Amino acid sequence: MKPKVTIQNIQKVYKGKTDVLAVDTINFDIMENEFITILGPSGCGKSTLLRMVGGLEEQTSGHIYLGDQELVGPSSNRGMVFQAYSLFPWLTIEKNIQFGLKNKGMKEADRKDISDSYIELVGLKGFEKHYPNQLSGGMKQRVAIARALANDPEILLLDEPFGALDSQTRLIMQELLLNIWEKKKKTILFITHDVEEAIFLGSRVLVMTSRPGKIKEDMPIELPHPRTYHVKSDPTFIKIKDHLTELIREESLKAIELEVQK
Amino acid sequence: MQDPKTAVNDASIPMYQEQNKKETKRRISWLQPQKAISKKLYLSLSISSFILILLVWSGITYTHLVDPLFLPTPTDIINSAVTLFTELGFATDILATISRVFVGFLLALIIGLPLGVLIGTFKVVEAFFEPVISFVRYMPVSAFIPLFILWIGVEEPEKLAVIFVGSFFSLVLMIAVEVGNVRKELLEAAYTLGSTNFGIIKSVILPAAMPGIMEITRLVLGWAWTYIIVAELIAAPSGIGHVIIESQRMIRTSNIIFGIIVIGILGLICDVVLKIVTRKLFSWNYGR
Ligand SMILES: Nc1ncnc2c1ncn2[C@@H]1O[C@H](COP(=O)(O)OP(=O)(O)O)[C@@H](O)[C@H]1O
Ligand SMILES: [Mg+2]
Repeated sequence: MKPKVTIQNIQKVYKGKTDVLAVDTINFDIMENEFITILGPSGCGKSTLLRMVGGLEEQTSGHIYLGDQELVGPSSNRGMVFQAYSLFPWLTIEKNIQFGLKNKGMKEADRKDISDSYIELVGLKGFEKHYPNQLSGGMKQRVAIARALANDPEILLLDEPFGALDSQTRLIMQELLLNIWEKKKKTILFITHDVEEAIFLGSRVLVMTSRPGKIKEDMPIELPHPRTYHVKSDPTFIKIKDHLTELIREESLKAIELEVQK
Repeated sequence: MQDPKTAVNDASIPMYQEQNKKETKRRISWLQPQKAISKKLYLSLSISSFILILLVWSGITYTHLVDPLFLPTPTDIINSAVTLFTELGFATDILATISRVFVGFLLALIIGLPLGVLIGTFKVVEAFFEPVISFVRYMPVSAFIPLFILWIGVEEPEKLAVIFVGSFFSLVLMIAVEVGNVRKELLEAAYTLGSTNFGIIKSVILPAAMPGIMEITRLVLGWAWTYIIVAELIAAPSGIGHVIIESQRMIRTSNIIFGIIVIGILGLICDVVLKIVTRKLFSWNYGR
């Protein structure tokens, strides 16, 4: 099978007083319907990598393809969900979700049908006419996910979307996202520094090294679907978790040493 | 385990109970920094400050403590107000002043808004305009008045020019800053939802910056009221400033004071109306 997205020799240097090599020669393929989680210590270049796939940051060298087409700049075929709340505060929840559809020139009635179905999907029925500042953090991220999905992108990119949520809300959101993926069979690239989150969500976990970020390990997660939070106490889960925690720990220590040497 | 010292402070002993109560009360008082007070208290305090001014004023004028030439009594002011409106056509002067402020300011806004948005959005436009505008902004408008009179005479266009120059440069710069501060995440989200470089101005930048732009409008309009009076003091056939300068010539102190009060009231009305309109139109920006 041909990969959906191909990431080829990607490198990113941030130019400045001292140049920062953020991402170093990364290669991997994303298959159709895959849920890939990228796990790495903070500052290792995860966001940079995701933003390059999203077209919001330009790689210094390398290529990214969607199918056979090379990707340059952002477009509606790659939906993004950010860590910081990025809803449009002047638009109601339903208008936020319809934003991309309006850009496509879709008719009002059709837009409404689609936003209704996604509002239902993320469990926000009754909040159509609310404004973002009337919602809690978890609800805002539900809207952000719905907004990205409503556009029916080829791939959904999420950058630590639950990072700012409390642990209970976070767990609920993880289950919600997993549920959506199981139902809608989307292709997802999800970034996190949380080991449990990476394993619980991913059909494959890519572990990154500390900066400059490279792929350290590529690990398929063979836990069966549908998954609920119970899987987190499964022995296989715990074994993978121990292993990945060890890897991340090594990388975090390296990152700290690098900081200290400076 | 009861320490003898703490045992003495035990609140269950009647002697100490009252003291403890008092202490709790002091902590929640209005002296606590930034602590909210009731609407009623707030309003009555605001009103009493006006009453206090009126009382002190009455106290020193009705008793002839100061010469009425310097400060007339409140009754004098009311009498002047009546004469001004009934015999001297003060309403026309007020209208003249208001229309100058509005026309001049509107012109500044019509040109300043798009320019400010472009400067805040595109670095090339910023690089071209921003330094020049920043430079002109610090030149006092009142110093331009002799030049304006030389260039365009003492008629209406000169008055409008004063308002325009006084408002335009500040408007442009402040709007540009506001627009430049639109959160990058919003723009990026819009791009990943298929927005184009120009579409994004209308669909994201303008709506995001609008509440701030309204605040700026309110602020600069407040300044415009002071410029118009300066303009009218110098050469004007009508207007509140003209009445004030005429009254000075005829030593009508009470007219001058009434004129000043009217300007204050007009400015305040503008301010309050704009504030209410902004809150209504952009309720999403002001909490729940
Ligand atoms: N715009 C930028 N300019 C310069 N350096 C940057 C920029 N963005 C990120 N970096 C640096 O690149 C490295 C990786 O950042 P990032 O991709 O945000 O890491 P992560 O998301 O894994 O925490 C960090 O050292 C960060 O300081
Ligand atoms: Mg990050």
